Amino acid sequence: MALQELTYRDALRQALIDAMRENPDVVIMGEEVGRYGGAYAVTKDLIKEFGGERVIDTPISEPAIIGAAVGAAMAGLRPVAELMYVDFIGMTMDQLGNQAAKIRYMFGGQIGVPMVLRTQGGTGRSAGAQHSQSLEAYVMHTPGLRLAMPATVADAYHLLRQALTKPDPVVFIEHKALYTMKETVDLDAPALPWGTSAVRREGKDLVIVTYSRQLHYALEAAKKLAAQGIEATVIDLRTLNPLDFDPIREAVSRIGRAMVVSEGVMTAGVAAELSARITEECFDYLEDPVVRVAGEDIPISVSTALETGSVPGAQLIYETGLKMLGKVPA
Amino acid sequence: MTKPVAHTPAPRPNTDLTSHYRMMLRIRTFEERVGELFVRGQSAGSMLHLSIGEESAAAGVCAAMVEGDTFTTHHRGHGIFLARGADPNRMMAEIGGKEAGYCHGKGGSMHIADMGLGHLGANAIVGGGIPAVVGAGLAARHHGSGKISAAFFGDGATGQGILYESMNMAALWSLPCLFVCINNQYGMGTRIDQATANPEIHERARAFGLVGERVDGLDVEAVSEAADRLVAGVRQGKPAFLMIDCYRFYGHARKDKSPYRDPAEEEQGRQKDPVAFARAALLERGLATEAELTALETEVGAEMDATIDFTIAQKEPPLSTMFRDVYAPEEPEPEPVRTRIDRVLARD
Repeated sequence: MALQELTYRDALRQALIDAMRENPDVVIMGEEVGRYGGAYAVTKDLIKEFGGERVIDTPISEPAIIGAAVGAAMAGLRPVAELMYVDFIGMTMDQLGNQAAKIRYMFGGQIGVPMVLRTQGGTGRSAGAQHSQSLEAYVMHTPGLRLAMPATVADAYHLLRQALTKPDPVVFIEHKALYTMKETVDLDAPALPWGTSAVRREGKDLVIVTYSRQLHYALEAAKKLAAQGIEATVIDLRTLNPLDFDPIREAVSRIGRAMVVSEGVMTAGVAAELSARITEECFDYLEDPVVRVAGEDIPISVSTALETGSVPGAQLIYETGLKMLGKVPA
Repeated sequence: MTKPVAHTPAPRPNTDLTSHYRMMLRIRTFEERVGELFVRGQSAGSMLHLSIGEESAAAGVCAAMVEGDTFTTHHRGHGIFLARGADPNRMMAEIGGKEAGYCHGKGGSMHIADMGLGHLGANAIVGGGIPAVVGAGLAARHHGSGKISAAFFGDGATGQGILYESMNMAALWSLPCLFVCINNQYGMGTRIDQATANPEIHERARAFGLVGERVDGLDVEAVSEAADRLVAGVRQGKPAFLMIDCYRFYGHARKDKSPYRDPAEEEQGRQKDPVAFARAALLERGLATEAELTALETEVGAEMDATIDFTIAQKEPPLSTMFRDVYAPEEPEPEPVRTRIDRVLARD
C-alpha cells in the first residue's frame, strides 16, 4: 500500500478492522462500541461490517465487561474490551489486577488471558478530574499486564495489531488529545517490533525519555533547545511493559544527563520508576540528578488554564532542559 | 444476537442416588483429610475453606454438566472440582503447595484450576470468578459448541455488584450460563439475615430475567433434579440461577471456631446433613445394605487417606520456578531482585 494520510483514530480503527478480518475470534465489547461507534469514534461503523455478535454493545458495567473478556479469552476468543476512559479502571481493578494479570501464574502456566483492554486517558478536553487522568502507573505496577501507549499514528496501528497477537493481557492506553493528529504513513512498511523503544531524535547533550502525547511536547521542546545550542536525544518508550531499557542505558551512559517526562502525577509514577532505574543503572555516568517532569500531584480541573497547568508541556520541558545545561530560561 | 445452537447433551452417567452418595462421601472425606493435612502441618497455610455440609450442591449440580462445560468456583470449591472429575491426589498436593499439584503449588486451595476439566479457576475474591462465565458463555455461543458455563459462589457473593452485572449480561444476551449460589448461611462470620433484608436471592435473578429457583440442599436428589432441569434450559440459551440452602458445618476457615455462632444453632444446622440423609434413604429404599455402605466408606476412606501420603511424599516446587508463568513461556522472565541489585552495584 502507498503512503496515506491518516489520523491516530483512523489507524486504530484500521487495526481493529484488519485484525477482525484476519481472525474471526476477535470480538470487541464495551460501552457504546457498536451502534454509537465508540465514545471517540474508534469503532465507528464496525458493527456494520462485523455485526452485533462481534462488536458487542454492553451495559454500563465496567467490572463485568473486563471480567467477561477474561473468561472469553480463556475460552478461546480474542476479546478487545473497551474501557471508555482509563479513569474507570478502578472499577475494574479486581478483574484486571487479581484475575487477568494473575491467572497464568496462579494456575501454574496452564492458560493465559490473551485479551486487549483498549482505553484512553490524559488531559486536553477540559473533561475534569474523573475523565482526564493518566493512570498507567496502576497498570505498570501490576506484574502480568503488558502496557502499550502509542504516541504516533504508525504506532497506533502497529502496536494494536501486535497487542492482538500477544499471549498475555495487554492494556492499551490511547491519548484522547491525539485522536485527530494526522501523519502520512505506509501501514505496509515494516513495523518496529513489539517491546522496543524508539529514538525519535538524536542529540549529544541531554536524554529525554517519554511516551504518549508528551513525546510531541518533548520533540517541540527539543527544537527550541536546539535553537539555544542544546541537542537532545528523545526516546519514545512505546510499550511500558515490556520496558526496553537498553537504549536508555546506552544513551544516558554516553550523554550523562537524563530527563523523564510523563503526564501522570509525579509521586510514585512512571517517571519515578524510570528515574530510579536510570539512577541505579547509569549512576557512574550521570553529570546531574535525573529530573522528573511529570503531572502535578493534584486532580485535574475543568478550567483549561488549570488543566493545562497541571501537566507538563513543551515549555516546561524546554525550561527544564535549559536549567539542566546551566542556562537560564529567558 | 443470533439464537443459540440447539444441542443434544451427551448422556450423563452417575445421577442416581447411589452415585450421588458416593460423590458426596468422597467430598466429605476429602475435606476431612484437608483438615488433617493442616493439623499435621503439611498444608501450605491455613486458608482452607471446607465445604462439609454443602456436598449436595457440588454433587447434584455437577452431575448435570458434561465434558467440555466450563465452570468457576469460589474459595470453598474443593467439592465442586472433585465432582467434575478432579484427581484427589493432585488436588491435595496443590493444597499442600507441592509441585505435583494442579497448579504446581502456585495456586493452592483457593486458586486451583484445570483447563482439561473445564475448571476456569477457583477464586479468593468474593464474586471474582462470576463474570468469567459470561465470557465463556459468549465463546461457547460464538463457536457453537453447545457447552455451558457455571459459576459457583456462596451467599456472601450476593452482596457483590458483579454478580448482578453478570446475570444482567447473561440474560440480555441469552447466554448458556448457570449461576449457582451455595447458601451456607454465612459470609465468613456474618449470617445471611445480617447481610440482606431479603434472603430470597433467587427472586433477584428472576428480576433480571433469568430462571431463578431455590432448593433444599439436604436432599441431593432435589438438587440434582433442579439442576438437570435448569441446565437443559441453559443449554438452550436460557440462563438460570439456582440457590441451594445448606449449612456450613464448621468455621469459615480452618482456624475459625465460629465463636459468633450459637452452639444450639450449630447443633441444629448440622442436622441438615445431606450425606447422612442420602445414606438413610439408600438403606430405607433398599438401594444398599449396611454392609455395602460400610465397604464403600472403607474404600473412600482409603482413597482419601492416600491423598495425604501422596502429598507428603511430593516435593515443593523448586525456587527456580518462581519467575515462571508471570508471562507466556516464550517471553523473558522478570529479573530477580538479587540479580538487579548485584548488577547495579557492580562497578566497571
